[in-house]
Amino acid sequence: MKRYAYFPGCSAETVSASYHLSAVEAGTRLGVEFEEIEDWNCCGATPYTNIDELLAHALCARNLAIAEREHLDVVAPCSACFKNLYHTNACLRAEPDLADHMNYALEADALRFEGTIAVRHLIHVFVEDVGLEAVRRKVTHPLTGVRVAPYYGCQLVRPDRHDGYDAAAPRYFEDLLAATGATPVDFPYRLRCCGASLMVANRPAALAMVRDLLRSAVQAQADVIATTCPLCQLNLEAYQGDVNREFGTEYRVPVLYFTQLMGLAMGIGRKKLGIGRELIPPTKVLECVARKAAAAEAPKTAEVSHP
Amino acid sequence: MPPATYHTPSFAEEISNEMYATGTRGLNCCIQCATCSAACPAVAFMDHTPRRLIGMINAGLRDDVLNSNTFWTCASCYSCSEHCPKGIRPSELMYALKRYSIWKNRYRGDLVGPEFSRLFVKTIMRTGKSYEPGYAPAFIFEGGLRGMLREMQFGMKLLAKGRIPLLPSRIMRVESFRRMLSRIVPLDGIA
Repeated sequence: MKRYAYFPGCSAETVSASYHLSAVEAGTRLGVEFEEIEDWNCCGATPYTNIDELLAHALCARNLAIAEREHLDVVAPCSACFKNLYHTNACLRAEPDLADHMNYALEADALRFEGTIAVRHLIHVFVEDVGLEAVRRKVTHPLTGVRVAPYYGCQLVRPDRHDGYDAAAPRYFEDLLAATGATPVDFPYRLRCCGASLMVANRPAALAMVRDLLRSAVQAQADVIATTCPLCQLNLEAYQGDVNREFGTEYRVPVLYFTQLMGLAMGIGRKKLGIGRELIPPTKVLECVARKAAAAEAPKTAEVSHP
Repeated sequence: MPPATYHTPSFAEEISNEMYATGTRGLNCCIQCATCSAACPAVAFMDHTPRRLIGMINAGLRDDVLNSNTFWTCASCYSCSEHCPKGIRPSELMYALKRYSIWKNRYRGDLVGPEFSRLFVKTIMRTGKSYEPGYAPAFIFEGGLRGMLREMQFGMKLLAKGRIPLLPSRIMRVESFRRMLSRIVPLDGIA
């Protein structure tokens, strides 16, 4: 059993509860245990860096210091939380002065940053630590014929990290989707930003960015977009109505978390994966899973009728 | 003894100082190639492209820079930083300009970004966690009555799916959390 200090992030409690549920379910099925960081606080998102860099570091340093007490690497399912925690961890390790400054603040909460643990994104844990072969072995309902657009987004692959992934042309999301039996489509906009908090700060800009992504996914004939981040999921799914109104389009593309697709392929029940909370039902995916389930049932029924 | 002379930093130097901790190369390395502008997914909504903004900073056009919406239109996707051939990180520059304009209290009144950032920071200072419905009412009037009704409809759809929290959540050790932050910045007036 692999263990990690799990940082759910503020959205996990509500808007992206299905990501949280499916991450834990998929993890359990693959022998990964996520231990929630005790009394974690918000990562600061982008507004903290807009106001004060040191404050932004302090928020992340507190979470890191709590996880360090357990000697566990931190895992964040949200790409923005991941980027912030990773960034602070790297900055404090590189600059002892900055770490001293933070430790002076952390003292007030009886904590200390030593820089002994790593920060990981959930998808990297599944791809690297669990491994694609292990995922493939657990797949009982392969998502055959389902065309999935792997949407990496921006915070997952940038900025210049040294974790060995090719930031310009990553492949691991495609490989993970292929392991579930699905068909990863060639999705040219997979590394483009979803607009993030511009949805509040500059709505027209964010809607145009979402439109570009949806158009790219539709051109690639995707049945569903898979995301690794709650904000990407929200922007891409919940604002499709606004995009259609604004640009006269008729997009209706379901957007699921990659963990939900993994869970379905491993035969985990819909409810446990938080499926049903979408605004656009992922019909094609669910039909495929239902067909696989029926096929698995069929021989059993035959046995019963001819004992 | 000669009278003490003080060097008054230029605008470009002030901005560079703001970027000190981010490991970026100085703006004076910029060769105006516009790779940053080409890499930016939000460039169409900026009044000056990132390339042009860097040129304006280097030329000392302080007022024009601060009156620009460019840095508040940055979504922090780091695409520019990934591609700059000179090792400048324009995304860090945008953050620096946001901080500078808030610090100097000098930004365009029609922008949502500055107030949104302030409200977000205050909420977390108070509770340790983010609470989206807490910010929405402050900006719901931006789009007029029609925009407001649309925004409410949108909220109801998410609510029906159990995706909007009814109550803000907070961390357990709020007191020591706030003591910690007050060792970084004075909290009076912020939260």
